[in-house]
Amino acid sequence: MNGLWDWDAAWAVLPELLLAFVQVTLIVTVLSTAIAAVLGLFIAILRMSVPKPIAAVITFIGDFIRMTPIVVQLLFAYWTFLTIEPLTIGIVVFGIHYSTYMAEVYRAGIDSVPKGQWEATTALSMSKRRAWTAVIVPQALRATVPALGNYAISMFKDTPFLLTIGVVEMVRAGLTFGGNNFRYMEAITLAGVIFLLASYPTSLLISRLEKRLAYNY
Amino acid sequence: MPTTTDPHAAAGDGTAAAVPAIRFENVEKRFGDNVVLKDLNFEVAKGDRVTLIGPSGSGKTTILRLVMTLESLSDGYIYIDGEPLTHELRDGKRVARSEKAQKQIRKRIGMVFQQFNLFPNMTVLENIIEAPVHVLGQSKAEATKRAMELLESVGLPGKANAHPLQLSGGQQQRVAIARALAMDPDILLLDEVTSALDPEIVGEVLGILRHIAETTDITMLIVTHEMQFARDVSNRVMMFDGGRVVEEATPDVMFTNPQHERTQAFLHAVLGSGDGHIGTH
Amino acid sequence: MESNFEALAEAWPRILDGLWITLQLTLGGALLAMVIAVVLGLGSRLHNIVLRGLCRAIMEFFRGTSLVVQLFFFFFVLPQLGLALPAMVCGILGLGLNYGAYAAEVVRGSINSVPTGQWEATTALSMSKSQQMIRVIFPQAWALMIPSLTNYLIHMLKGTAIVSFITLADLTYHTEQLREQTDTFFAYGVSLVIYFVIAYILTLIMNALEVRAKHRLGRGESLREALTPKTPETAAAEGGRKA
Ligand SMILES: Nc1ncnc2c1ncn2[C@@H]1O[C@H](COP(=O)(O)OP(=O)(O)OP(=O)(O)O)[C@@H](O)[C@H]1O
Ligand SMILES: [Mg+2]
Repeated sequence: MNGLWDWDAAWAVLPELLLAFVQVTLIVTVLSTAIAAVLGLFIAILRMSVPKPIAAVITFIGDFIRMTPIVVQLLFAYWTFLTIEPLTIGIVVFGIHYSTYMAEVYRAGIDSVPKGQWEATTALSMSKRRAWTAVIVPQALRATVPALGNYAISMFKDTPFLLTIGVVEMVRAGLTFGGNNFRYMEAITLAGVIFLLASYPTSLLISRLEKRLAYNY
Repeated sequence: MPTTTDPHAAAGDGTAAAVPAIRFENVEKRFGDNVVLKDLNFEVAKGDRVTLIGPSGSGKTTILRLVMTLESLSDGYIYIDGEPLTHELRDGKRVARSEKAQKQIRKRIGMVFQQFNLFPNMTVLENIIEAPVHVLGQSKAEATKRAMELLESVGLPGKANAHPLQLSGGQQQRVAIARALAMDPDILLLDEVTSALDPEIVGEVLGILRHIAETTDITMLIVTHEMQFARDVSNRVMMFDGGRVVEEATPDVMFTNPQHERTQAFLHAVLGSGDGHIGTH
Repeated sequence: MESNFEALAEAWPRILDGLWITLQLTLGGALLAMVIAVVLGLGSRLHNIVLRGLCRAIMEFFRGTSLVVQLFFFFFVLPQLGLALPAMVCGILGLGLNYGAYAAEVVRGSINSVPTGQWEATTALSMSKSQQMIRVIFPQAWALMIPSLTNYLIHMLKGTAIVSFITLADLTYHTEQLREQTDTFFAYGVSLVIYFVIAYILTLIMNALEVRAKHRLGRGESLREALTPKTPETAAAEGGRKA
């Protein structure tokens, strides 16, 4: 039981961690990113199409969600919807939480589309709907791809918060193993290593993508 | 006396006046594969006001930046008052000088930039006294007194507590000149100090530089497209092209009777039909 | 309804205790993060490739391994190595190192985006490396970095909500206790509002710092001007006084 690092313990916990990684961490990251991307765009467009006072209310709600802990939001949802599976709750709460960030990204993207583009759609008598879907959104999206990627990574690293509502993600799996075997070293360290191995290359990829998109714009 | 290993400076143990303020010896400067200066040799005597002219991209700015150690030297030597600046010849080998040694020499050199480069986190007065207090170790009172005199002489006595960004371009450049002078430099480098300014305020800055030229014995190395100014202020003009000095002469000779055909073509292009008027780049 | 507020009133002193824990973690973490950010941010610009590489590696490591993992490492694993730190210290260390690594990138980026002309002017004035950084470059970079630092500060506040898992009875922990006496909606509503108010106050403070930093660079109004409400009445009164 002594010694800094116990390879047997490491090999024993690794499959459990990887299982949690695939079954929870990856799934939450992918599905929540999808929700955040779509919902965020919806919020951004909604906010620009409704009267000012209503837009202000939407902005306030967004700020409120963004500036309060996702842990409390998870617990709130968990105790409110006791019949729903915690994993589902986690996916939805993460999606909504991060959609408020994405909405800001889209807003910046939409703002960065030159005014001339709007004027051109008017000059061509395009409908408002058509202007949004055919001209503005496609241009705005381009700048938002790297930001979406960065938030996906951020969400990925936030998934351990799910352990507060009993979802067995990697860290929870590691803690359980650690508690049973009185050794936390291997489980926690390996969880960290997996996070690092997955997030670092991805963030390198995103910053490359970011440069590519920026130059070609 | 700074010790020197420069054979030329030691040779003939000439009087101080014989040692040039700036000397380039076989200077080479490359940016990657782009050789900007090659085998460049020239001297600027103490108290000289030398204007560098030449087509865009010929390396004029690079020369000033080399003297200010803002660029690294690819090969060759630069001597300031006979003392090697960045590299020296020691036991037949070209070796870099210590940062400390470079710093001692750098203190004697001042530079005014095209874009002023005033520090926006300081007031005008703070900009001027910053280096005298923290580099030269002057007392704050002493440095402030001198700064006020300098502000007076550049025509901005009331602006000591203003923020640089609240000033016009011409005013900012005058503060930048005062800031450089506050270090009491032996050598002043001026790189197109008026080309970021509106035409109507170019005159005020040039007037101040002319005044400095008349009232001090600071060695000046000037890059400008204001041929009239070059003519008024400098006692020598050097024409650069292809990384070399193709011609050098007094302004009178250079502007009225240039010898080299490159110079003739250049001056013709810059001055128009040769009526000696201020040309813009 | 009645019982909700009664329970809240009864639990209020404990909620304040929890709030104090949350604030200690946030502010302690922020201070540590700032120190780490400056050290790593400056270190990752060094000429020495070994030191620079080391700083970059530390940054990537703490950014990449997830806050919760780091907190739990300090709390659960270090004791196994014979180093049992108080939970509060573990919390501050975890938050400070994680967000310090993020903020280091902000520090580095802001310093790099101070215009080259400013660096060159310091050379032309023979300033030393430390003078250059302390007196000219950092003050200008500071104004650039505040908005991003604000974001990380809010992230850090939100991140503290996990610390009940390392035995700290913070705001979230006491809200959980409150939930057992009140409606779910009520308990979490109280919690979220308190977090939001803190986040809002922190944002206001950081905005004030930014206004001040920008004003020092000669851009924008002073803090006092920014804080003075510009109602028509005060404008009229000022006009009247001058007349
Ligand atoms: N930092 C740099 N990196 C790469 N090339 C450079 C750099 N600075 C200058 N050069 C190149 O060196 C050459 C000389 O530039 P320099 O600025 O000295 O010219 P100049 O004579 O001052 O021109 P101008 O009259 O336009 O100011 C140019 O070809 C330029 O492209
Ligand atoms: Mg130039």
